[in-house]
Amino acid sequence: MTAAPEIGSARLRSEDAKLITGQTNWTDNIQLPGLLHVAFLRSPVSHARITRVDVEAARQRPGVVAAFSGADFADEQGSLPCAWPVTEDMVLPDHPPIAVDEVRYAGEPVAVVVARDRYAAADALEAIDVDYETLPAVLDMEEAIKEGADLVHSDKGTNQSYEWVFEAGDIDAAFRDAPVVIERRYIQQRLIPTAMEPRAVVCSVVGDEYTMWSATQIPHILRLMLATVTGIPEHRLRVIAPDVGGGFGSKLQVYSEEVICLLLARRLGRPVKWTESRSEGNASVHHGRDQIQRLSLAAEADGRIRGLKVDLLADMGAYLMLVTPGVPLLGAFMFNGIYKMDAYTFKCAGIFTTKTPTDAYRGAGRPEATFGIERLMDELANELSLDPLEVRRRNWITHEEFPYDTIAGLTYDSGNYEAATDKATELFDYDALRAEQAERRERQDPVQLGIGVSTFTEMCGLAPSRVLGSLAYGAGGWEHASVRVLPSGKVEVVTGSSAHGQGHETAWAQITADRLGVPFEDVRVLHGDTGISPKGMDTYGSRSLAVGGVALYNACDKVVEKAKRVAAHLLEADEKDIEFAGGSFSVRGVPDQTRSIQEISLATFAAHDLPEGFEPSLDSDATHDPDNFSFPHGTHLCAVEVDTETGFAKIRSYIAVDDVGKVVNPLIVEGQVHGGLAQGIAQALYEEAVYDADGNLTTTTMADYLVPSATDLPTFTTDRTETPATTNPLGVKGVGEAGTIASTPAVVNSIVDALRPYGVADVPMPCTPERVWRAIRGGGPEHSPRPGAGGGLGSAGGEA
Amino acid sequence: MPRVSVEVDGVKYDDDVEPRLLLAHYLRDRLGKVGTPIGCDTSNCGACTVLLDGMSVKSCSVLAVQADGKDVTTIEGLGDGHGLHPLQQAFHEEHALQCGYCTPGMIMAALDLIRENPDPSDQEVREGLEGNLCRCTGYQNIVRAVRNAAGAMRQSPAQEEATR
Ligand code: FES
Ligand code: FES
Repeated sequence: MTAAPEIGSARLRSEDAKLITGQTNWTDNIQLPGLLHVAFLRSPVSHARITRVDVEAARQRPGVVAAFSGADFADEQGSLPCAWPVTEDMVLPDHPPIAVDEVRYAGEPVAVVVARDRYAAADALEAIDVDYETLPAVLDMEEAIKEGADLVHSDKGTNQSYEWVFEAGDIDAAFRDAPVVIERRYIQQRLIPTAMEPRAVVCSVVGDEYTMWSATQIPHILRLMLATVTGIPEHRLRVIAPDVGGGFGSKLQVYSEEVICLLLARRLGRPVKWTESRSEGNASVHHGRDQIQRLSLAAEADGRIRGLKVDLLADMGAYLMLVTPGVPLLGAFMFNGIYKMDAYTFKCAGIFTTKTPTDAYRGAGRPEATFGIERLMDELANELSLDPLEVRRRNWITHEEFPYDTIAGLTYDSGNYEAATDKATELFDYDALRAEQAERRERQDPVQLGIGVSTFTEMCGLAPSRVLGSLAYGAGGWEHASVRVLPSGKVEVVTGSSAHGQGHETAWAQITADRLGVPFEDVRVLHGDTGISPKGMDTYGSRSLAVGGVALYNACDKVVEKAKRVAAHLLEADEKDIEFAGGSFSVRGVPDQTRSIQEISLATFAAHDLPEGFEPSLDSDATHDPDNFSFPHGTHLCAVEVDTETGFAKIRSYIAVDDVGKVVNPLIVEGQVHGGLAQGIAQALYEEAVYDADGNLTTTTMADYLVPSATDLPTFTTDRTETPATTNPLGVKGVGEAGTIASTPAVVNSIVDALRPYGVADVPMPCTPERVWRAIRGGGPEHSPRPGAGGGLGSAGGEA
Repeated sequence: MPRVSVEVDGVKYDDDVEPRLLLAHYLRDRLGKVGTPIGCDTSNCGACTVLLDGMSVKSCSVLAVQADGKDVTTIEGLGDGHGLHPLQQAFHEEHALQCGYCTPGMIMAALDLIRENPDPSDQEVREGLEGNLCRCTGYQNIVRAVRNAAGAMRQSPAQEEATR
């Protein structure tokens, strides 16, 4: 058999069939007999004591079955879990799913209604009476840590949840008499993940069997956490993630609504459904990013980095959710980027505010870190009048130096930053663009050209359990797969990963087809249901392929090992002489004597003639716990045209050369990069969760929170270099977050680069036309290509 | 309660509905036509796009009663039951979807776009789909899929007709 290898082929996705015909099984599509609808009343204020909640009138509304306050659930609802106590003395406040005494962010649930349909439930919310005694909103992290600041959790006596420190090398020596020191303060604005499918939950209880369908990324973790919070025995609870419409981290969570729907189903003995509206979602889905970064970099006069100091304030929001405190700490391992240095310190304080809790959002800690270091590298280049690529070249780990132990304590197994950068500059036509830039500067063109560089790496494949243990994370980072060989030779693969758009059904079938030598069409992939896939750690952190894919690879090998024994027996040969290729077993030196894997599986099923003591099954499973992270990297280049009169920045070209190791499906990889770029660019240019002075979220709808549309994004040019990971047999690294991590600094660097002649050293994100315009006006007038134009409004320049 | 009489994907329905019932909820909750998803509450995302008498509308911004006497085509009514519509085929071939949540609305909006402009440029596709948000794909493959589908539909206009 000479079938072309599946791994590496651009297979069209098998999951598309249902998605393009409207036959998808979204959670909100689920109908059960007698299903009731749930609606939550949410706090309209940032911070207040609840003095009274009266749900009586709501109960009387037509179609209403029940209405409850937080107090009605006080004995039962427990506290939402935080699985990552990053320090021993971390302040971890109680987090009741429905607020009982106090609300601490606008959007926090305060009461719940159950009714015959969603309209009746929504109507009844209006009849609930809540009295709030307003408390001070705590919105500014730097204010929040001052002596005597108003407190988010008054019983804790502080707004600081933790301080976490990492130190390596002699940082004082690195900064002492350093020829160059760059100090910057950058803001990572707050973002709303905005998966297109709003969250939804359906719960049913039959006897003592509980079933939850949830639009979640983490059915397995969710089951364990719900069992822990509610006391429902784990084996009585089945969690199903049906088709899930995107997550980006926002569905890596244990949410109030999930806990309460489960408790409602139990209390009422009826199935319930809750589907969020976008505007309640914007306020209650966890947010991402939100850091103040204070950075200092010391370098030699030739641009070589001596040391880096990172001091972060990370906004936790009002509570610590599943991995809230740990997210910014992932940045500790990434702030050093691809660069060598002698000393490094990382300090992060987690701060409470009366805002929606933050947690993982695509990239989770690594985009923030990459932004910081890649912005600093551009500043360093500017300071020394070096090309930004040259300053990077002088500092990056060269391809001969791998494996390389970084200052942050990781071992980068492989990479080739030179190759990716060479390819990117060539595709970009770097020199020609630099020439055009010089020319536009020369003639004082009102439309200036900027070139932004980002040579990034990231850590994927979360994660070695032993590393997670050393970081006090509450679980391991393994993944599970099992392979069932059916009598007819068709194969079912069960994976603990839980895809929600990533295309696992296709990619996992490709891996299986290659490893077992069966046709792609003969493999079916099952996932996302604890009843079907009993073990798993789910999908986030670009881990599925690098951990789950490897588990599958190993499970396939076990199938082959078992089948080999049967083949040897049937071929009357020694097992050592059996060769396996292309789905066929043969005896070495006797090529005409073969048995196909399908024949072996049928023989195993029949079990008439098996080796002595052989258990009649080829089914195998494997749990893979990686030894190390994987480290995708790449070089992204962005050319932007900035209209200095309007402040409008338009991306003219964007080149992404990514090295994600071996590629299973190039189509899927490219799609992941595109989508990642869109989200990273969105942070640079468009998106921001905004709170007003009272602590109300003003970006509650899609009209206010600007997810880019097709006209807001450019056409990307993507390419790859391929340096296989050496730490797993597939050589894969992961791709889900790369585009997001790399693109934000590339875009901002390009805008700042365009505006250097105006004395602009930074533009805060998102770089809206107004902010860009103000930054230009805030620069020195001697830099203005149109002298005398700097007056008027622009002279305020405050925001930049 | 007002009565609506509406044909959805070739099937006739007569129902009493609350005057405020949105077409999107009528389709999903009353008729079980859940192929059309809902992504927002401000008519921004376009996930709920359907054709109403051949013109694309966001079904979350139309009342069920406004569809009275009209013809609704949803994603479920595309293709001929076995084969895929050229747009569905192109979305598949160009990997123009990941999670697929935006896809039904995107395809229905694209259908209307191609009806008005059978040979759109990249920029015209981007502008024509501005009211449909996708969080996964970055749009590039969607643009290519729509242009390819438009090409296929120009080749065999009969297939396009079959969807009306
Ligand atoms: S659901 Fe109709 S536009 Fe968003
Ligand atoms: S494919 Fe997920 S929103 Fe478009």
